[in-house]
Amino acid sequence: MGWGLIRLWTLLVYLFMFLPVAVVVLLSFNASQFGSFPMTGFSVRWFVELAQNEAILRAFRTSIVLGLLTAAISTTLGVLASLALVRYRVPGSNLISTLLIAPILVPEVVLAVALLLFLNFLSINKSFVLLLFGHVIFTLPFVVLVVQARLVSIRRDIEEAALSLGASPVQTFFEITLPLMLPAVLAGGLFAFTISFDDITGTLFWKPGGVETVPTQIFAMLRNSISPEINALGTVMIVLTVGLPLLGAAIARQLARKSGG
Amino acid sequence: MSVERREARQPWILLSPALVAVTLLLFVPLLFIVVYSFWLRTATGADQAGFFLDNWNEALTDGFYRDILLNTLKIAAITTIVCALMGYPAAYFIARSRGNKAILLLLLMLPFWISYIIRTMSWINILGVSGAVNSILISLGIINEPIQMLYNETTVILGLVHFLLPFMILNVFVSLDGIDETLEDAAHSLGATRWQSFLEVTLPLSLPGLAAGGLLCFVLGAGTYITPLVLGGPTDAMFANLVFEAIITQLNWPLGSALSLMLLAVLGALVAIYNRYLGMAQLMKGLG
Repeated sequence: MGWGLIRLWTLLVYLFMFLPVAVVVLLSFNASQFGSFPMTGFSVRWFVELAQNEAILRAFRTSIVLGLLTAAISTTLGVLASLALVRYRVPGSNLISTLLIAPILVPEVVLAVALLLFLNFLSINKSFVLLLFGHVIFTLPFVVLVVQARLVSIRRDIEEAALSLGASPVQTFFEITLPLMLPAVLAGGLFAFTISFDDITGTLFWKPGGVETVPTQIFAMLRNSISPEINALGTVMIVLTVGLPLLGAAIARQLARKSGG
Repeated sequence: MSVERREARQPWILLSPALVAVTLLLFVPLLFIVVYSFWLRTATGADQAGFFLDNWNEALTDGFYRDILLNTLKIAAITTIVCALMGYPAAYFIARSRGNKAILLLLLMLPFWISYIIRTMSWINILGVSGAVNSILISLGIINEPIQMLYNETTVILGLVHFLLPFMILNVFVSLDGIDETLEDAAHSLGATRWQSFLEVTLPLSLPGLAAGGLLCFVLGAGTYITPLVLGGPTDAMFANLVFEAIITQLNWPLGSALSLMLLAVLGALVAIYNRYLGMAQLMKGLG
């Protein structure tokens, strides 16, 4: 097969991946009152309408609070566990790694059912707390994977130098290790936030009636028909979940450069 | 002595919060639904604890569940094959391209950041009655009335391919990128044609990545219920839809437990076979 043919194929594959999403963004600026073709003109009215839609604003608040709490808890657990796995010789570390990434080896539907039924048995009903537990457990493996991969590249001897120069272990952790780890921590947190923010599979099982996150709100709106508002909401989500990681990556690179990494 | 012991204890202190979370929020709940699947939903709506085989009997012998399970596996298999056929050449191109490798990789990561529900619903804009394809065909005068292209098994597979293709490309790319390019050149200079050296050197060396991508596509595809709800018709339910129905709509939690465990057993067996022959390390390369 010729190189030109492979290049053309790749181009078509990329178009397949991005064209439908690009159409969502395009249609969200459509002046027409139907969420479809033809484009009748450029307008931001659907974004204005979004900003005035109480249900959608509530969904955004829920998603953001849920995502931030998930990121905070999941990153804390994941960073501590990664530190142990990278910095110490732990017996059975392969098994432990497998246990920690188990939540993504189990189909999410099964995880969702098991967690819902078990916590319900413990009298924790469908609630924000259940949602939070669920989001923490399935974002944890991603945090562990990302943070572990970055921690490996931090050199141990800088810490050892600090210790040998008289810093206490606690001082060393906060003044040397933590700043060096910051890009890894940020990357893990961002990853957890985005995965939580985008999730629908587990969320539909765990959310209490009347509470919607942005993805479940979109899903509920789809039941009627596709409206320009859904496209506008999709555009806002794309900007948020694509823009944040890019911003995060840029910040992480800056930090890494400053610390000479 | 005590210092050593403290050293030995430290990693466990660091690990314990995560291990406790995984135990209480994953392993114990999984064991719990094993027990729950033997309980019985009574006519009054209360669950009767005990050891009843009714749910398992229904889940394993009812032709309805078997047909949908087989159909789910078929859909996942087609999706995986299509992803491999579409994704392999693209991954090869990225791995071998010189100038724009970084930008191609960055673009490849983008779909992972875009919400699954948005990528799924985006096809309604393309194939819907008033979507892009219909409006183009009408404006060209090829058709007069919009064609109903959505809400069938083909669009479910299309949606799944769109969702899972990046997983395939990324995994194949990771293994292709690790192959020494000079191997192919060596085969070539020893008289093999380009095609031969690809078939006999590069392709075999990239099989671990292809297998990892295939496993991810199959397992994630077979476990979805959102895509059939958004892009499928009333008869296109996949197995996870039955779980959702049993748990959320019918509130028959014991039966839902049995169905969930069936899905876990089938997909878990695949993961176990993969792990037995190829190990988890390859899979983690693509995820990390």
